[in-house]
Amino acid sequence: MSLTHQKPPRSGDTAQAGALSPAAQRLATAASTSTGLILAKIAMIGIVDATAIFALFTAIGREAWAIAAVVAVITLVINVVYFKRGWLPAKYLLPGTIFLLIFQVFVIGYTGYIAFTNYGSGHNSDKDDAVTALLQSNQSRVPDSPGFPVTVLDDGGKLSLLVERDGVQLAGTAEQPLEPITADELAGFTQLSFADLLGRQQEVTTLAVPMSDDPSQGSLRTSDGRTAYQYTSNLVYDEAAGTMTDSTTSVVYRDTGVGAFTAPDGTQLMPGWSINVGFENFSKAFNDSSIRTALGSVTVWTFAFALLSVATTFFLGLFLALVFNDLRMKGRRIYRVISILPYAFPAFLGGLVWAGMLNKDFGFVNQVIFGGAPIPWLTDPWLAKFSVLWVNLWLGFPYMFLVCTGALQSIPDELAEAAKIDGAKPLQVFRLIKLPLLLVSVAPLLISSFAFNFNNFNVIYMLTEGGPRLEGAGLNVGSTDILISMVYKVAFVGSQRDYGLASAFSIIIFVLVSIIAVISFKQTKALEELN
Amino acid sequence: MSTQTPAQQRAGRRGFGKWFASTGWRHLIGVALCIYAAFPLLYVLSASLNPNGTLLSSNGLFTQLGLQSYIDLFRNEQRPFAAWFGNTLFIGLTTAAASVFLGALAAYSFSRMRFTGRRFGLVSLLVVQIFPQLLAVVAIFILLTSLGDVYPALGIDNQIALIMVYLGGALGVNTYLMYGFFNTIPVEIDEAAKIDGAGHARIFFTMILRLVAPILAVVGLLSFISSTSDFVIASVVLVSPENQTLAVGLYSYVSEEFTSNWSVFAAGAVLAALPVMALFLFLQKYIVGGLTAGAGK
Repeated sequence: MSLTHQKPPRSGDTAQAGALSPAAQRLATAASTSTGLILAKIAMIGIVDATAIFALFTAIGREAWAIAAVVAVITLVINVVYFKRGWLPAKYLLPGTIFLLIFQVFVIGYTGYIAFTNYGSGHNSDKDDAVTALLQSNQSRVPDSPGFPVTVLDDGGKLSLLVERDGVQLAGTAEQPLEPITADELAGFTQLSFADLLGRQQEVTTLAVPMSDDPSQGSLRTSDGRTAYQYTSNLVYDEAAGTMTDSTTSVVYRDTGVGAFTAPDGTQLMPGWSINVGFENFSKAFNDSSIRTALGSVTVWTFAFALLSVATTFFLGLFLALVFNDLRMKGRRIYRVISILPYAFPAFLGGLVWAGMLNKDFGFVNQVIFGGAPIPWLTDPWLAKFSVLWVNLWLGFPYMFLVCTGALQSIPDELAEAAKIDGAKPLQVFRLIKLPLLLVSVAPLLISSFAFNFNNFNVIYMLTEGGPRLEGAGLNVGSTDILISMVYKVAFVGSQRDYGLASAFSIIIFVLVSIIAVISFKQTKALEELN
Repeated sequence: MSTQTPAQQRAGRRGFGKWFASTGWRHLIGVALCIYAAFPLLYVLSASLNPNGTLLSSNGLFTQLGLQSYIDLFRNEQRPFAAWFGNTLFIGLTTAAASVFLGALAAYSFSRMRFTGRRFGLVSLLVVQIFPQLLAVVAIFILLTSLGDVYPALGIDNQIALIMVYLGGALGVNTYLMYGFFNTIPVEIDEAAKIDGAGHARIFFTMILRLVAPILAVVGLLSFISSTSDFVIASVVLVSPENQTLAVGLYSYVSEEFTSNWSVFAAGAVLAALPVMALFLFLQKYIVGGLTAGAGK
């Protein structure tokens, strides 16, 4: 990418450098005196190290080994780089690189990993968590079990149950199993009054305090805040065999390798856990016909949308640049400022405002301009596509207008004059001289504009949310959805979230984008050779 | 022209015809352009001034004037507009400042130092730019979920976490833009300062940063605009209403009660857009050059 506005430093700028603000001067003195520098450096690294050690202990305490390892490595690298003499470039590059590696490079790799799992609704965690959750959720009262008199306590908004068993006072919360409690600790709690109990009835009746660390022991629940009963799971987990048995129906659910306990007839117990599913997400994307059709039409529309957006904004921008590039014309500045307004308007708001204006029943366009005709601008597949392009033209043409004006003005007048003397007509001058020169300087911007529109989520989602929904698609995907909005909807919209499939789509987009990048790189090279 | 005498009409027509052929038709296009560009903005403004307006009643432009919608906007406790505004400013400004700083550090080393891996670094920054963070939003979500289990400050529904995610994308986008500009500052300045005894840190902080101020402003503004208008990552990371940004919050306004709350939404839109538009028009000349280097919005 090249800068189009590179200019030599002006003398004014250099002169400014002489007058330093007090803060800068202090910084400068601190930086140049070696003791000051060392002290500042030690202080900074001290803060980093202290934070890192705290973070390290927290991570180890929670048994998050991977995170602890990453924290340790980063801290080590920081210390080595900043204490070692030399390695100057590393000192400047390290801070940004750390962020880049974690939040851009790593997450792309991680996307690749998730694409091979069934991560999503019902498959959120590992098998142990799933077993605990299952044992906690399918509970019923132990038949004929005795009731325990309980007291409901409040500790800063969190409810806990207090029960006396064998002369020992025990207390526990939804997360914390019952354990002995001393009178001192007890003083920190407030007992819920009858009125409180009524007011927080919902909270009280859903409270389930585990009897012990072992989930098969069940939990203590109360329906009135006075008497609690032991509830145990209808499911029995056999750790050795790895099976779940429903004690009421005596159906045996087994781990059949699909990430959930499955009965012989195929019913699954939810929640399950996330497992590696190999290429299943990719094969679903390409072999399941309802998903394949959706993916295909979304891909085609993504390219069409990006190309048409670039084309429409560029041609309108170029046309306007030509129209207003006449020095005899008065008021050009006013026109220019007004036409830039949509560009300054935040894009997400642009989408929302146009969505209101194009509303079928109440919108300005139908009610005022078309006299109340119910034109389905946003709900008809083809009209919605047109509307999306129309709104994106509104948002995007000022940029192309600015760029083309700049490019036109930078073409030397002598070229056009020479052509005129040689007998060229105005149209010829434009087509044969100005346009090629303009394209050379604008082509890289057209490519980056294409790349931008390829992932132009805001316009699509704010205007139509990707709708109207594609008929016969096996996914929540609409006819104006582009690839990125499809990924978003599959992963985060609706009750069925499928992170694995969404990541597989992301990987497919990565591959597509790489191919385009290679092609466009070659193309720009070819264009540069024109010059 | 109909009220003029025939003679005047002839002269006028000739004059008008000539004027129209040279620049008049351009004004015609200009007026059409202004309507296309500015009408939706006038429409929002009028809708916001229409007290208790629905989508339908907002169609009568500027028929009713009142500030009730603006008052309602700030009184809605489920949708804390003031908090959204503050959050957006906080996230935008912090991201902009930090990414300018990180980008400038990297650009300085690429522009002024020669080291093994320099070319590799520059090429990888170009390659990384091809894959926008947006596409890895699922992985970002899951990464933050597991980070949040250990460090709540870096987890889901935390603004610091969101800023860190934005900073991850900063280096790739900004370094190239800055690198080009840093290269236009003559190296002789550095060398002269070095001879006078200035160290690298002094040269960077007190001289170079001042000389490249224009590009710092451009990069800061671009990163402010892109982080404040981001919806995808912000909507996934920020969950509770009081933590959300304007983009996420105003979307929920429209998606949940589209037609009835229209004037309140319009008031929010006007207030959200005004600072950005003012900044944009104020710095117009300054940023146009920079925008052409960055492309996109």
